[in-house]
Amino acid sequence: MSFLQLQGVEKRFGALRAIQGIDLAIEKGEFVVFVGPSGCGKSTLLRMIAGLTEIDGGSLQLDGRDITRLPSSKRDLAMVFQSYALYPHMSVFDNMSFALRLASVDKAIIREKVQRAAEILNLVPYLQRTPKELSGGQRQRVAIGRAIVRAPKVFLFDEPLSNLDAALRGQTRVEIAKLHRELGATTIYVTHDQVEAMTLADRVVVLRDGAIEQVGSPLELYDRPANQFVAQFIGTPQMNVVDTVDLPALRGMAGGAAAGDGFIGVRPEHVLVRPAGSGRMDGQVELIESLGADTLVHARVTQGARSVQLVARQNARTLLQPGDPVGLDVVPGAFHLFNREGRAVASASAR
Amino acid sequence: MNSASVAARPDEAVHIAAGAPNAPAAARTGSHRLLPRALMAPAVITLFLWMIVPLVMTLYFSTVHYNLMQPGDKAFVGLANFEYFVTDPDFGASVVNTLLLLGAVIVITVVFGVGLALLVNEPFPGRGIVRVLLISPFFVMPTANALLWKHMMMNPIYGVLAQVALFFGLQPVDWLTDHPLFSVILMVAWQWLPFACLIFITSLQSLDRDQMEAAGMDGANALQKFWFLTLPHLGRPIAVVVMIEMIFLMSVFAEIFTTTGGGPGNESTNVAFLIFKQALMNFDVGVASAGALFAVVLANIAAVFLIRMIGKNLD
Amino acid sequence: MKQLALLLRTVSAWVITLLVVFPLIWLVLTAFKTELQAIRVPPELFFTPTLESFREVNTRSDYLLHAKNSVLTSVLSTLVGLAIAAPAAYSMAFFRTRRTRDILMWMLSTKMMPAVGALVPVYVMAQTAGLLDSLTALTVVFTLSNLPIMVWMLYSGFKDIPPDILEAARMDGAGVWGEFVHVIRPLATGTLASTALLCLVLSWNEAFWSLNLSSAKAGTLATLIASYSSPEGLFWAKLSAASLLAIAPIVVVGWFSQKQLVQGLTFGAVK
Repeated sequence: MSFLQLQGVEKRFGALRAIQGIDLAIEKGEFVVFVGPSGCGKSTLLRMIAGLTEIDGGSLQLDGRDITRLPSSKRDLAMVFQSYALYPHMSVFDNMSFALRLASVDKAIIREKVQRAAEILNLVPYLQRTPKELSGGQRQRVAIGRAIVRAPKVFLFDEPLSNLDAALRGQTRVEIAKLHRELGATTIYVTHDQVEAMTLADRVVVLRDGAIEQVGSPLELYDRPANQFVAQFIGTPQMNVVDTVDLPALRGMAGGAAAGDGFIGVRPEHVLVRPAGSGRMDGQVELIESLGADTLVHARVTQGARSVQLVARQNARTLLQPGDPVGLDVVPGAFHLFNREGRAVASASAR
Repeated sequence: MNSASVAARPDEAVHIAAGAPNAPAAARTGSHRLLPRALMAPAVITLFLWMIVPLVMTLYFSTVHYNLMQPGDKAFVGLANFEYFVTDPDFGASVVNTLLLLGAVIVITVVFGVGLALLVNEPFPGRGIVRVLLISPFFVMPTANALLWKHMMMNPIYGVLAQVALFFGLQPVDWLTDHPLFSVILMVAWQWLPFACLIFITSLQSLDRDQMEAAGMDGANALQKFWFLTLPHLGRPIAVVVMIEMIFLMSVFAEIFTTTGGGPGNESTNVAFLIFKQALMNFDVGVASAGALFAVVLANIAAVFLIRMIGKNLD
Repeated sequence: MKQLALLLRTVSAWVITLLVVFPLIWLVLTAFKTELQAIRVPPELFFTPTLESFREVNTRSDYLLHAKNSVLTSVLSTLVGLAIAAPAAYSMAFFRTRRTRDILMWMLSTKMMPAVGALVPVYVMAQTAGLLDSLTALTVVFTLSNLPIMVWMLYSGFKDIPPDILEAARMDGAGVWGEFVHVIRPLATGTLASTALLCLVLSWNEAFWSLNLSSAKAGTLATLIASYSSPEGLFWAKLSAASLLAIAPIVVVGWFSQKQLVQGLTFGAVK
């Protein structure tokens, strides 16, 4: 039995099954990220674990105890809300010590724990301020501090970085990663941003329409996506996915494994740009995006009546312009094959 | 190939179906229905009684002959009271006066209210004080308001208006005797103007600045901006002010009571005062009740519209 | 051009405001005059102020009685109203059901019926119960009249508390009572205060019921002022002084509660 176990967990709204029979096992000390598009149910699932939303079916076990019907206050979980949900009428110190005060913990111990958490999060100069007097980033740290002080069994994060600006987001992401290394606490982290998922997670759970699409380490999901949805959700820019009907040349390059009907996927970094005429496919440049470290080449390949857009990514700068003819090739074996339903059939990854 | 789902989104459904996102879990499961009901009981019961008891009594009284001077005598007279009330020579005049009062006050308060709100909307030195001063008449109690005007402003010899008239070489007007209804209208409008003004000021503050600037760049002048942007934005508050005033102005009483006593004759009697006259001057409870039902029906019509408008705002 | 517009705006705003408020200014001035000064023709703008009229008002035993009655009825009706309205508003905000909206609308609709519609039954009931000219009758009627507005304002205030703060409290280990004590109560004090203020203002100024249900013993300041309708002898300065004493506290309170007024009296239909 693992530390946190979900078995057949379900949520129904009338006839709609918002969360459909989820099974998930989370080990102690793991950093698990729930990721998926808007409306996939990741926040609902988190709230069900937290006890803020009722579990309609299945069971939830924590450290050997069945907590399916237990109210939030008794589950020994701490949550960092997207809006931080700080108590506006209390100082930072009171915000962070609230849970301990409710549990009638000794004042001296409270002071010590809050002080330690404040030191870790650089909040010591702000302990007497109220949330109104803090910046967004500081409030976020207080929200995290409130959770740390309680030393709960599991930390729950609900899209904590979405209200921060880009620079702060990157910074805070790194701080959260460092914090996890220091404290080693079991964490469930919900986000729609796959970059956060890739960088923070020990394991990623990709959700869609209330069901799990795939669970695995970030690189597992990247190299061996179980279906087209995961393949295109993870990785920026998106994986090129082409209907075999539209580009037979690609099918030929993929070899025998792609004899069937379906879709073929190639990651942009595996699409090679060659001088016009010397690639196995011929195309025309539509757009060049120079990002500095990388360059993205958007090209259109036309075969007969059908045309397909492919994106290639390379480190080297290019002199190509929109409208130029170009040749395209694929790294041998770097194909992802999907059947008509979108499921991966045989993944011929270059790694 | 787009992964976004078009079907119902589970995350949204949480807030629609759960209904009370901030309700304690126990209440949402319905296992503790007793507490909410107990909390609401006093308010619901008292208001229910306050609504039902007078209504039932009024219905009853309107069908009997009941004079407070002869309490024992309560013969059933059917619709005779209604007939009497409606055929009272003062009835027609009171209805007309009520409508005139309502109409005039509403027009004055809305037109000048909008004007003042626009004037005060942009910053200028002393704006804070001006706004506070403009609010004041609304907080003066109706009887003080009435007498302030009756004696200090409108008195034909010593009143301020008379003095101003003399200053300009005009004949002072005996407002309360010669123009009783108009005088009452003036007093009531003076009292309610700040209310309308405050509502419009509040509403103007939520006017979209960006939209105004965009219109300016499209070539609109001040008048056009007002007509096409400001006025529609004020449409809702104006409707609210009109309806609220309709409801509360129907019961204008204190001003008439303290100044003209409904007169001379019935020139400044409104429906509310007429009912009062029947009830507490003629002591004819039956007829007064019939009249009260009439007033209630009138008020109901305005209330229905106001309720619908509030309902739209009530999430 | 901008300067000219600003100047025009400032001048016209101030002139119009002073015109609108002039009757009140005149009231204040007259209160500090003697009776003879008050009726002087043409009226005096500059004079030596005196407290003579205030003193005369105070020596009339009625004044203190009426003032006391005003205070008692306003304060009591506010307290009783809060005691009844607050639990109901709390229940509707935090234990919401499908019928909550309808019940709220119904409560508001009871406020929309003209007072004159209830005049006869209330008068008859008061007479039968021997409560005519009593503070009890006035307090009860004031409470009932203001109840819908109080429920509405408190409900709005409770609803303004962000739900995720309550969830955070729940995660931190607070039960229903804990949520109320540590989160709801501190955050709702503002609403409670402004609702109480509004109720005080409405009860203090209430004239319809005061005039009809009370006379010598339970009369409020509203009825006292009304008695100046046509007494004998010179009375303008005294009327002004009495009026000023009666309206000043409420006008000041009104200055501080403008926003709540908009909320309360329009039933939130205007934001």
